[in-house]
Amino acid sequence: MCGIAGRLNFNREPVNREQLGRMIGTLSHRGPDASGVHVAGEVGLAHARLSIIDLDGGAQPMSSADGRLWITFNGEIFNYIELREELVAKGHRFLTRSDTEVILNAYREFGEDCVRHFNGQWAFAIWDTQDHKLFLSRDRFGVRPLFCTETANSFLFASEIKALLTCPEVQGEIDLQGLDQIFTFWVTLPPRTVFKNIFHLPPGCSLSVENGVVRIHEYWSASYAEAADAHTANEGQLAEELSWLLEDATRIRLRSDVPVGAYLSGGIDSTITTGLVRKIANDRLRSFSITFEDAEFDEKSYQDEASAFLGTQHSNVSCSSSDIARIFPEVIRHTEQPVIRTAPAPMFLLSKLVRDAGFKVVLTGEGADEVLGGYDIFKEAKIRQFLGRNPDSKWRPLLLRRLYPYMQNIQRQPTAYLKHFFRVAPEDLSNPFFSHLPRWELTAKLKQLFSAEVREATAKFDEVGEMESALPPAYRSWSYFGRAEYLEARYLMPGYILSSQGDRMAMAHSVEGRYPFLDYRVVEFAARLPANIKMKGLDQKHLLKRAFRGRVPESIERRPKQPYRAPDGKCFVGASTVDYAEDLLSPAAIRQNGIFDENAVSALVNKFKSGRASSIKDNMAIVGVLSTQLVIQQFINQRKEGTETCTESKFRTTSTLLS
Amino acid sequence: MHRVEIQNNIHTFVVTNFLFGQSLDLLPGDSLLEKGVIDSTGVLELVAFLEEHYGFKVEDDEVIPDNLDSTDSIAAYVEKKLSCAV
Repeated sequence: MCGIAGRLNFNREPVNREQLGRMIGTLSHRGPDASGVHVAGEVGLAHARLSIIDLDGGAQPMSSADGRLWITFNGEIFNYIELREELVAKGHRFLTRSDTEVILNAYREFGEDCVRHFNGQWAFAIWDTQDHKLFLSRDRFGVRPLFCTETANSFLFASEIKALLTCPEVQGEIDLQGLDQIFTFWVTLPPRTVFKNIFHLPPGCSLSVENGVVRIHEYWSASYAEAADAHTANEGQLAEELSWLLEDATRIRLRSDVPVGAYLSGGIDSTITTGLVRKIANDRLRSFSITFEDAEFDEKSYQDEASAFLGTQHSNVSCSSSDIARIFPEVIRHTEQPVIRTAPAPMFLLSKLVRDAGFKVVLTGEGADEVLGGYDIFKEAKIRQFLGRNPDSKWRPLLLRRLYPYMQNIQRQPTAYLKHFFRVAPEDLSNPFFSHLPRWELTAKLKQLFSAEVREATAKFDEVGEMESALPPAYRSWSYFGRAEYLEARYLMPGYILSSQGDRMAMAHSVEGRYPFLDYRVVEFAARLPANIKMKGLDQKHLLKRAFRGRVPESIERRPKQPYRAPDGKCFVGASTVDYAEDLLSPAAIRQNGIFDENAVSALVNKFKSGRASSIKDNMAIVGVLSTQLVIQQFINQRKEGTETCTESKFRTTSTLLS
Repeated sequence: MHRVEIQNNIHTFVVTNFLFGQSLDLLPGDSLLEKGVIDSTGVLELVAFLEEHYGFKVEDDEVIPDNLDSTDSIAAYVEKKLSCAV
């Protein structure tokens, strides 16, 4: 795993090597083992390396044997061994054992379509000296990040936004529409980010720059159309197929020249992936987990049970509210976007534990909930749909109590109110976003905190309409369950789960995550399964449980789903308030940055200080405000103070990148 | 306690507690559920407020939208409870 950066000057002016060095210098946490810069006239590629495969031969930027192609690459192509054999048979020469060189020769052989042959997680840029073409690509699910921007004379890209912000001509301003989207969906809609004119290449997309023209094209997207043969198939056969696919996905993800560890959360997904690693590698596996002081969030007993069952050598790190408060500014320096939950923070501590134990690579269970019907939002949608079909039913609302067994507020709620909270208007049933409406409506309430100016500026945005216009044509023909899965996998997963909680927290300590459930073969297999096989009745991940029965402790298979959560608002403001939160939430700081209304924020802070705040909304609100203030402080205000040459650029092709 | 005074107290609590002090266009008869002012925790917060502030117990079967769904209806409910207690 690594960090990449680069620049192409449209006016053919030579790239400034020092400036490129500054860009890659900001990414040393992603690649502390080595760094390299390649400058050739108007193009420059840079690389910060975390050595994992071909430790001696994989230095980057790397050129093809004939010097025509140059690449800077972050990630892994897990099927590189098979691809290499295929390419050798076609007459390609290799000088190294690295997967990087496989990309180069695959590009030579297949052109832009090479990415369709890759099974992996990647963000890379290839400079073709012959065609004067820059080609960028990002993996199917957005595991690895890739940001870009265009100034008057240049196209720039990097693994993280902070590298782009070292360039004086790159703006550093909040994009209010991006912010409005985060305060609706928890994420921005790609390619938009929370920074004006800085874009994220969407998952499953490639980008080329040729003759000054930037072009993005989607090379892959999942179809959630239920397959007819999957309807008639025997459930046992499907379970067997899933099991085989996951085992193979894990096997190729163990390709590494350094030891591989595993996250073990205490849930079924990571117990399965860890068990598969044990089965395939058959050695003393190291596993890692987070424990919480607060029993509401802690899963230690299940982690210990899984570790004992699988025979791993287990280590954990304890996370308290004060830990979260202490590291949160650093966490936001890595998320590079506001968040409305603190859940990334414990992942930051976990990756440090892994790194301190001498590991660079971990396998995790990420992705299972999205692709195999694990999330509560799918269950909620199922129950709401059931209610909506007979809204006057006396007993159907009782099912709502089975929705969130871990949330006391819901359990204590009178049925009359429960019915109201999860009410389904007749028109909702045909709404394309049926499953997600309650979440988005709740999150959007946080906009009450926006200042009058921001409310006015954002009033014209139609965020849901924008998402609707980006939906694949077949979306409306999918079941409500398939649609819900698509929305999670397309938006929340890359924009938050795999980034703010995933890559960015792991790479903060130079650790690479690998996700067997996000092997595209597993995802494509799962996407076409009928909803009632993934969630039978209200049994989440039904097929997965069946496929691995006996290979997971029974108590873990049977336990109710417990989503990964962490203590929120009270970490920062309460009986005592951490200093930086006191400063950043003060009326003066709120007024200075202009995003939020100082009186509204004061009312929220006072509610926390008086101990009256406990709702999900209040917690999301304080974390959202604080993290937004931290983004502005760390990426905008401090930059202004330290960079006098920061100027506004004439952005030529905003519309190209956003179209 | 006068009905208007109760209603003002309730309105202030709702605005401060659920709307971050921004009253927007909340009218006395507006449904707190329909307008999305109150969420699942909000009902519990409201019940706790009524019990602490007015000193009566809100019975389980009284926690229904008919009693608690607008500042108007809450004020009427509080008035009724207070008059019973006298």
